[in-house]
Amino acid sequence: MMLPQAGKRAYVATMMGVISRALVAASRSDARIRNEFAGLRDGYRIAMTVFPSGPGFLLEVHDGGLVDRVAGADDSADLIIRFKHLDHAWLVFSFQEGTARAFANDRMIADGEVSDAIRLVRCLNRMETLILPRLIARRAVKDYGDLGLPEKSVTAARIYARLAAGFVGRKRS
Amino acid sequence: MSRTYYEFYCPVKTIAGHKALEHIPYELSALGARRPMIITDAGVRKAGLLAPVEAAFAGAETAIPAVFDDVPPDSSLQTVRHAAALYRQHGCDAIIAIGGGSVIDTSKAVNILVSLGGDDLLQYSGAHNLPRPLNTLFVVPTTSGTGSEVTMVAVISDPEREVKIPFTSYFLMPDAAVLDPRMTLTLPARITAMTGMDAMTHAVEAYTCMAANPISDAYATAAITRISGNLLTALDRPDDADARLELAQASTMAGIAFSNSMVGLVHALGHSLGAVCHLPHGLCMNLFLPYALEYNRAINGARIGELLLPLAGAEVYAATPAEQRTDRVIDTIRSLRDALHERAGLPRTLQETGSVQRDQLDAIADRALDDGAIIFNPREADRTQLMAVLESAWG
Repeated sequence: MMLPQAGKRAYVATMMGVISRALVAASRSDARIRNEFAGLRDGYRIAMTVFPSGPGFLLEVHDGGLVDRVAGADDSADLIIRFKHLDHAWLVFSFQEGTARAFANDRMIADGEVSDAIRLVRCLNRMETLILPRLIARRAVKDYGDLGLPEKSVTAARIYARLAAGFVGRKRS
Repeated sequence: MSRTYYEFYCPVKTIAGHKALEHIPYELSALGARRPMIITDAGVRKAGLLAPVEAAFAGAETAIPAVFDDVPPDSSLQTVRHAAALYRQHGCDAIIAIGGGSVIDTSKAVNILVSLGGDDLLQYSGAHNLPRPLNTLFVVPTTSGTGSEVTMVAVISDPEREVKIPFTSYFLMPDAAVLDPRMTLTLPARITAMTGMDAMTHAVEAYTCMAANPISDAYATAAITRISGNLLTALDRPDDADARLELAQASTMAGIAFSNSMVGLVHALGHSLGAVCHLPHGLCMNLFLPYALEYNRAINGARIGELLLPLAGAEVYAATPAEQRTDRVIDTIRSLRDALHERAGLPRTLQETGSVQRDQLDAIADRALDDGAIIFNPREADRTQLMAVLESAWG
């Protein structure tokens, strides 16, 4: 898909916002995602950004597995996932390249504890599986798994409801 | 339009073959290094493997101002600081690492301190945190398995915090890997077998996991050909210098392959088994290789089947119908493991190790789930699936 650079930047910035807010919502709506984040200590910070200066987001873990968007510099994070170029983030966020494939293709660098990066990838995979239509989710993850329609519908509805109602996503400073 | 993309990088000069050690003084000189320090361990010294290196330097009228021979099997920040102090004390300007994985990783870490200054190694930990190239580092492997002589990674333990600290940078890659068959002639059968399967696994996973690329494929298949053709020979005739050199070259080739395409499930499980049960890395690779291939074949069976050519040769490959090649590859690896069990007592199942309890499988699965290698495995593996592979490997 051809899109001018400014359009890609705007799209990636929007998707960074959507993904981060969806993770915030999912940490409150899905037990598996909350359990994954609970493996990180309270105060643990995760940044996802694009080289050299964004767009991106910063999340902080608190209260045993909840995450919130926070303000701050990327280098304050314990784990930084950095896309090497805006176009690489575009490939991932337009679901042309899955997260694992993007790592395999050296599109991004994980700076921090590798096991924490793997944990984050599991959260992203689970969240994408929950909120994306099956056809698109299959392109984003290695294995769609055996997620049934009832579970998907109910959890996705909760996540979307939180997103839409603006209950989440306000940055803590 | 093809959507493939890959990166490949290996700036390490390979110096390999008969009298390779004697090339070191000249090659160091060509890089402007005059005062190398040797870093090694007590086992290497005891095995007499320093003697041919020292003789090579004496013959070239070149001094070795310092030797640090106190690297433990699991190197620590303190060891690195001690070695760096010795280097500075003697005004050295290069490092020659002589040993296996721990010695090589220690040498890379020492090179960080002596090149960039200070004693705080932790400020350089993580991915690509070295600001500039380091001093000259040559590596002389004394096992044929780790491939560390061509990787940009070092792992050092911090005993106080009980963590292993990774360092990743292009600047960690050695300037040269020196492969001389004299350095592995005395390697015991069991270590020869384990390290050989370590190299085999590097090559097989490099070829069959997600980041495989055409150049790493070339190194991986060449490595597999050499290991399958020479590992048993080296066990049957330990002083066969040609077989030893082939294995050393294969290990380096496999190292080049996997450092450019990463590894997968065998390593995820192997790292975890090693951490939980304290078994040698090469043995862990041997234990999981066929079971991980069985697991992955649903996704990349054809790709696995292609390995029949380097594993078993052209005649077997041509005589095997395409749809049977994956089975044949796995059978061939199983047969190789049987032969290693017979010749070197290498266990084939978790049960055969005598060191793994069944109730430890949960802990191994938990750790494997968070291992960095798992993301490059072609097939997703959740905890239940990891447990199933572990149950298969139990025996």
